[in-house]
Amino acid sequence: MSVISRALRAFGHFWWDFLIGDTPELALATGIIVALAFLVSGERVLGVILLPVVAAGFLLLSVLRARRRVPGD
Amino acid sequence: MHSTSSTLVLVLAVFGASLVEMVEALTLVVAAGVSRGWRSALEGAVVAAVVLGVLVVVVGVPLVRYVPIDALRVVVGALLLVLGLSWLRKAILRGSGHLGLHDEDKIYARTVASLTAAETGAGPATAAPPAPGHDHFDGVGFMVAFKGVFLEGTEVVLIVISLGAAQHRLGLAALAAGAAVLLVGIVGLLVARQLSEVPENLIKTAVGIMLCSFGIFWVGEGAGLDWYGGDLAIPVLVVFWIVVTLGFTALMRTNLPSGVPEGSTA
Repeated sequence: MSVISRALRAFGHFWWDFLIGDTPELALATGIIVALAFLVSGERVLGVILLPVVAAGFLLLSVLRARRRVPGD
Repeated sequence: MHSTSSTLVLVLAVFGASLVEMVEALTLVVAAGVSRGWRSALEGAVVAAVVLGVLVVVVGVPLVRYVPIDALRVVVGALLLVLGLSWLRKAILRGSGHLGLHDEDKIYARTVASLTAAETGAGPATAAPPAPGHDHFDGVGFMVAFKGVFLEGTEVVLIVISLGAAQHRLGLAALAAGAAVLLVGIVGLLVARQLSEVPENLIKTAVGIMLCSFGIFWVGEGAGLDWYGGDLAIPVLVVFWIVVTLGFTALMRTNLPSGVPEGSTA
């Protein structure tokens, strides 16, 4: 394997680990929040409430998902 | 014109993130210094810090100059949100007892044992006590210190570039990170050991809260959402995330399973 392809693989691996890793739900949440932000950008009240609440909802889901995965539980 | 509140949150977030990551890096540098010699460990740490500084300039400056601010804020906001949510997730799991706290003492002992074993050729269980520091170049000590600082610092660089570029305050963000690196470096050199007393989980929670606040704010602003109060919405979002974090931690504490492995990490 050439040095360049090894470097590219390592680079891709770093970003995969960094953005997705063992919490793909958080990456998905971010994608949904970005899409929502564009959808509701004209609706001021809805936007400022919806974005943080949806993010918090996904965080709760992720924490509950992690709890289910704790060994011995 | 940038408001004082968003500048303050920016400085605190970068300083806190850098502090936590550099404490973790210091553990590896001290472990390398004690077991393989200080000269190589310090050289490795300094070279990694220089490479990280070059990365900030090479990636950050073109971002600030050439990428449209709204597009930059959406991308940077999304990046900060992923990072912030992941830090808060760990903080909540650790705060509620579902996950063991990050233990610098354990990491230090493990690294010293494996480095000493590598030097003596013995297994970790039979490793000899750390050899006194020698002054010749040691490739293993250099690489362990370099990797420790570089890998922990990469997250700091991302935060510096993201927060600095989206607010057009790259210099200030880099300065805040540099101050944290200097502080940890000086204290680490003075006491010549890892800083296990630093309340890492608390600082990580605070930084996670700030990253989520900036992340949501910039994703919204970049998409065209007009926040009430402009930059003043950031402190409001900080309060929101504090309440969310405390609430979720309390909720998870009532839900603590039996038999959670001590010191488990994620």
